[in-house]
Amino acid sequence: MGMTTADEIEARILDLLSAKVKSETAVTRETNIVADTGLDSVSVMDFVLELEDEFDINIPLDRIAEVKTVADLAKAVQDLGKTS
Amino acid sequence: MGLKDRIAAVEANYGRLRALGRDPSRLEFQNVWSPTEATLEGRPMMLFGTNNYLGLTFDPNVLEAATAATRALGSGTTGSRIANGSYGGHKALEAEIARFYAKQHCIVFSTGYVANIGMITALGGKDDVLLIDADSHASIYDGCKMADAETIRFRHNSPEDLAKKLRRLEGHPGDKIIIVEGIYSMLGDTAPLAEFAAVKREAGDNVYLMVDEAHSLGVLGESGRGQCQAAHVEDDCDFIVGTFSKSVGTIGGYCVSNVEGFDWIRSFCRPYMFTASMTPGTVSTARAAFRRMAERPELRAKLWSNSAALFRGLGDLGFETGPEVSPVVAVKLPAPEVAVALWNRLIDEGVYTNIAIPPATPNALSLLRVSVSAAHSEAQIERALGVFASVGAELGIIEPGTARGERFQVITGGAAAKEAGRTRTAQQGSANAAATR
Ligand SMILES: Cc1ncc(COP(=O)(O)O)c(C=O)c1O
Repeated sequence: MGMTTADEIEARILDLLSAKVKSETAVTRETNIVADTGLDSVSVMDFVLELEDEFDINIPLDRIAEVKTVADLAKAVQDLGKTS
Repeated sequence: MGLKDRIAAVEANYGRLRALGRDPSRLEFQNVWSPTEATLEGRPMMLFGTNNYLGLTFDPNVLEAATAATRALGSGTTGSRIANGSYGGHKALEAEIARFYAKQHCIVFSTGYVANIGMITALGGKDDVLLIDADSHASIYDGCKMADAETIRFRHNSPEDLAKKLRRLEGHPGDKIIIVEGIYSMLGDTAPLAEFAAVKREAGDNVYLMVDEAHSLGVLGESGRGQCQAAHVEDDCDFIVGTFSKSVGTIGGYCVSNVEGFDWIRSFCRPYMFTASMTPGTVSTARAAFRRMAERPELRAKLWSNSAALFRGLGDLGFETGPEVSPVVAVKLPAPEVAVALWNRLIDEGVYTNIAIPPATPNALSLLRVSVSAAHSEAQIERALGVFASVGAELGIIEPGTARGERFQVITGGAAAKEAGRTRTAQQGSANAAATR
């Protein structure tokens, strides 16, 4: 986990999120995960379950609440990976 | 986002669905005259959308206890137990519930919601971790939000996912509190508590299991204690939380435990300390209802035979239901619009159910939550199935008169199908209502 770079994490999240989002507009690192994707709050939490498996980390709910964009999420994943 | 934006967002979200029919949050029952019957829009309704599992809300002993206590002790306590003192009834109720569970301690709260936020904020301190089932009730989520602890969510009913998450916490110094429910209120499925308890034991010291038996009290287990009893893991359930708002038929909540020093929680649990205590009437109602529950185990048996009849009946008609026979029968529908249409047509025909659509549901499901009571008669269930058959076919949700439909007629003797044609017994029902008042 410590070996994964920020860019790799971001790329992987973008892959996984794009597969979830039905809208036409492309998902980028600036995409606001709630406002721009059409995902409701529960779907976002469910997406986080996938990320926890993918990166073998626990992501506490209060950390998700702080996240706005894909880039924020990638940063949170990277931070949590370092400490676990 | 300010208030105006939030209101606009909600209006946009729900306005379209509400335009299709009634507003579920603004229904008004003009009269309720039994656990299963009420008047809505001036017409009689069969209630299949309550949590009145044992039908105790009109039990004469319960009503007598409630009125006697209200007369004797007044309508309210006007304060919290910490600031204004307990009444004898609060203490007696706690002792009786502890005895019912064969646990050492019990704390009673003002509602089930308050019991959950109270216990979760008390248990989840700054360096602790709360691990909650993904499908947890809002009161559990809200408790976690209020608590100083971190919250980690695991996949619904997945002891494997919980184990994985606990493994990642190895070496973490704080307490870990696992929170699950006995029966889940939307799909009616039960938690695999034996497996969860095993994961808890495996995880070592300072790992606790809290079970919310809101929908399973009086419903599951040999003496009605809930899923902890049914799964034979009561010793592993460190904190059992419940509510009086469902099978007990009033309001209030509780937590029982064998954890040493449990009683001190009263002194730092803010949702216990800073809200008014249960009224004399609700305390006596709860006490009487627990007594009736113990005296009348046949209510639980009737609840289950009714549940099986409704669950199988709906399945045989071709509706997609939840995963197991349960007093909560979920009818899964392909889209929110279909759920809204079915819910409205059922009410037109005298059957009241609950509607649940995303984001209030797991996995973005749209469903009708159909709930069963021991007070339902077989005739009521047959009649409701008849309405489901005709309305379901009319809306194209099920196929009319298919082999499944015929199988259903065999089960119910065909009476339901005949009933389906004449559901507007409004006048008769209102007359009954007036007579019982
Ligand atoms: C699982 C669960 N827990 C807690 C509650 C809260 O109970 P109460 O209605 O007593 O506040 C409910 C119901 O509302 C529930 O379904």
